[in-house]
Amino acid sequence: MSNLQVSVYRYNPETDSAPYMQEFQVDTKGRDLMVLDVLHLMKEQDSGLAFRRSCREGVCGSDGMNMNGKNGLACITPLSDVVKNNKLTLRPLPGLPVIRDMVVDMGIFYKQYERIQPYLQNETPAPAIERLQSPEERDKLDGLYECILCACCSTSCPSFWWNPDKFVGPAGLLQSYRFLADSRDTATRERLTDLEDPFSVFRCRGIMNCVAVCPKGLNPTRAIGKIREMLLADAT
Amino acid sequence: MVTNITSFGRSGLSDWLMQRVSAVVLAVYTVFMVAYLLFNPDLDYYTWSGLFNQTWMRIFSLLAFISIAAHAWIGLWTVTTDYLKSTRLRVGAQTLIILAIFVYLVWGIQILWGA
Amino acid sequence: MSNLRSLTFDAIIIGGGGSGLRAALELAKSGKKTAVLSKVFPTRSHTVSAQGGITCAIASADPQDDWRWHMYDTVKGGDYIADQDAAEYMCSEGPKAVFELEHMGLPFSRFDNGRIYQRPFGGQSKNFGEGGQAARTCAAADRTGHALLHTLYQNNLKNNTTFLNEWYAVDLVKNANGDVVGCIAMCIETGEVVHVKSKATVLATGGAGRIYASTTNALINTGDGIGMALRAGFPMQDMEMWQFHPTGIYGAGTLVTEGCRGEGGYLINKDGERFMERYAPNAKDLAGRDVVARSMVMEILEGRGCGEKGDHVFLKLDHLGEEVLGKRLPGIVELSKTFAHVDPAKDPIPVVPTCHYMMGGIPTNVHGQAILQDEDGNDQIINGLFACGEAACVSVHGANRLGGNSLLDLVVFGRAAGMFIEGALNEGIEYLDASESDIESAMKRITRWNESEGGESIPELKAELQSIMQNSFGVFREEKNMVEGVQKLAELRGRIANAYLPDKSNAFNTARVEALELDNLMEVAEATAIAALERKESRGAHSRYDYPDRDDVNWLKHSLYFPLTKELKQRDVNFKPKTVDTFEPKVRTY
Repeated sequence: MSNLQVSVYRYNPETDSAPYMQEFQVDTKGRDLMVLDVLHLMKEQDSGLAFRRSCREGVCGSDGMNMNGKNGLACITPLSDVVKNNKLTLRPLPGLPVIRDMVVDMGIFYKQYERIQPYLQNETPAPAIERLQSPEERDKLDGLYECILCACCSTSCPSFWWNPDKFVGPAGLLQSYRFLADSRDTATRERLTDLEDPFSVFRCRGIMNCVAVCPKGLNPTRAIGKIREMLLADAT
Repeated sequence: MVTNITSFGRSGLSDWLMQRVSAVVLAVYTVFMVAYLLFNPDLDYYTWSGLFNQTWMRIFSLLAFISIAAHAWIGLWTVTTDYLKSTRLRVGAQTLIILAIFVYLVWGIQILWGA
Repeated sequence: MSNLRSLTFDAIIIGGGGSGLRAALELAKSGKKTAVLSKVFPTRSHTVSAQGGITCAIASADPQDDWRWHMYDTVKGGDYIADQDAAEYMCSEGPKAVFELEHMGLPFSRFDNGRIYQRPFGGQSKNFGEGGQAARTCAAADRTGHALLHTLYQNNLKNNTTFLNEWYAVDLVKNANGDVVGCIAMCIETGEVVHVKSKATVLATGGAGRIYASTTNALINTGDGIGMALRAGFPMQDMEMWQFHPTGIYGAGTLVTEGCRGEGGYLINKDGERFMERYAPNAKDLAGRDVVARSMVMEILEGRGCGEKGDHVFLKLDHLGEEVLGKRLPGIVELSKTFAHVDPAKDPIPVVPTCHYMMGGIPTNVHGQAILQDEDGNDQIINGLFACGEAACVSVHGANRLGGNSLLDLVVFGRAAGMFIEGALNEGIEYLDASESDIESAMKRITRWNESEGGESIPELKAELQSIMQNSFGVFREEKNMVEGVQKLAELRGRIANAYLPDKSNAFNTARVEALELDNLMEVAEATAIAALERKESRGAHSRYDYPDRDDVNWLKHSLYFPLTKELKQRDVNFKPKTVDTFEPKVRTY
């Protein structure tokens, strides 16, 4: 028997008054599939099952979801990593409103991203060629710019659950530091001023769920620590 | 920037810094107390009140009292903003907390310098 | 009046990938009422998967580098059916477009002197093929597409572009004169269908690699723009030209960048032989992608493939050392561990040629204006319709695209289309409004699906289509097999027209989106199949057993597929660049 027991969160606002868990039997033919492959097999059984997906190789960030209790990307999570006792439970990312099944409304997550002004700011006239940056300066962006906005981190963060409208969250703060750390960005002071309130950065309690779930192996907690250091250096 | 008017220092950075500084003060005070008690196994009332009659000990203790007040305010304010989503409930809780902290602080000062 | 709600914009850009976002940025900066309509949140577009880099003569690795050398490589790489005026425009404007990206914040890797890092890629030369291998591909480690797409999205936020995210464009709306005046689109979240009115409609919908069973392309690459244009009756150019990337991970199909070979990796067969030395003695593993892909298939067919079934070869990287791999190819290390269960620092990666890129598409000029051919064979502009990026065929890639040229294509021609539309809007554009029946005819398809009451299932039909394309129109092609393929596709078209959409709900109905995508896959597949069958020669990526040679007498031409008659005609290739001498066709060796 290679039938995998999958329990999946279902909710269609048009037909369901409340969400429920639906059981699927999926024949994996003994292969160590990715969770996304399993979702596709389930969609062949029930075309109404809704989930997002695009690149299927872990770079687009579409299919962040909660698999057996842990957030991650379905497309790069092999069954062998998550399945216990032949059972897999799939739920949408926690803490965001559900639109349908595994699809969540990421509006507030994107809003926090936009809030940190996620673009390079440099009002000095641009040279005719590129702005120069030493390899050492560029190295500071490694571990920051690779974020794919999948929201696995922010939706695993209790501080973000409680205050998603005020706490920027790990993803947004990682990007905030990506620009604070860029030698080409000149808006450091403005960026810091915008972050010094008790919520935006300081609601981080160092729980480090973000680090534990990031599918790209990034470390938002470290970036948040660096922002705090910069704030402290700037204000004292 | 998220605005707020009920936090301790109106700034996340100053709250954060205060939380850490007060924690250090409380840690030092605790270590001192534990060490004092260990080195004075046969502690009696006169030795104890003698300690608190010294000015440096009163200043040290007052510092610890203020620290615990600030630390509690910042910490409990955070807890209320996390878990109490109804504004009325949250402001009510915050009022009670600040009142309690104030009472304990004044009472503490009275004990230290009174009599 | 139609009961559809309508939205009105100066310009609507369909597609939120690299070219769409670049075009949108240009228009947003100019203050035009612009919207980007994308079926996924923009940073989930397939541009994000581009790895190796953006090829451009910015003279960083080699201060003597010259855009004309890049142009020569591009024309030669395209086996001489790239339009030379377009290649000239792309290669000469390229540096400006790349520096702009850097100024926007793209985190390029750097050389010690602080300039942008460039690595060697396939088909690159100095001094018009005489000066040896060039290093011309600007890179942000092996995540250049990700860095580029996020940078463009970020700058669109900065400039307040309007986004219709998770909206799906269904079909183009044409007025009585045949001008394109907008489209029918569906909000995926609510299922609401609206009429989007616009003076300029830009198709930036990317490729359609999902017509093949094995592809490096994202699941969303279903040729939506191509399908819309074909259904509107517009011709498609060079649709037989599909690039098979030499290094897709065996089994999974995920891409392993050519940058691996640029950094010094190479391919080996089961005997451990570096076989590209036999096929391309000079460029070796950095020959054109078509050449490398064919050589790999030859090795496999001649029994020197690796693995139990002997159906793949190996890409060897371990000699580069962990430091280079970690610094220059960190994403590849991740991908091979995940999808091939191989640590490239220790073992070679199993790879196989995999469908990667559509050189063909909507014929356009360098301003992104879509073109059709009148009965006398003259080019004619289609009013209101623009295309850029992979959906367009400018054509800079001809019969085979060079690595790193796609990202350059996106930003150069996205920008060009944006600038041109801005100018045209300033001069004033007035087209006849669409009539009720114009709108209705654009609604036909979605109505058909919504009213379907029974029939075959969508995923099964899709799988069948993919397997026909894979078996009959792969790396090597021949008449008999292709005739069969064309017949099977014709039959499949009938079945898809009667297929069944079981889920008719409105909230985030992904089944409906997949149904609409299937129609587009069908359009692209048939265009590809007929064009491939009719082009009776081998050129670039189009390689036939029965016509193994290039035929410059009859086929130094673009092919032009007409959807209404299913005929293939020809269109002249441009051999008149403005500032350099024509590159005359030569025998193509590496």
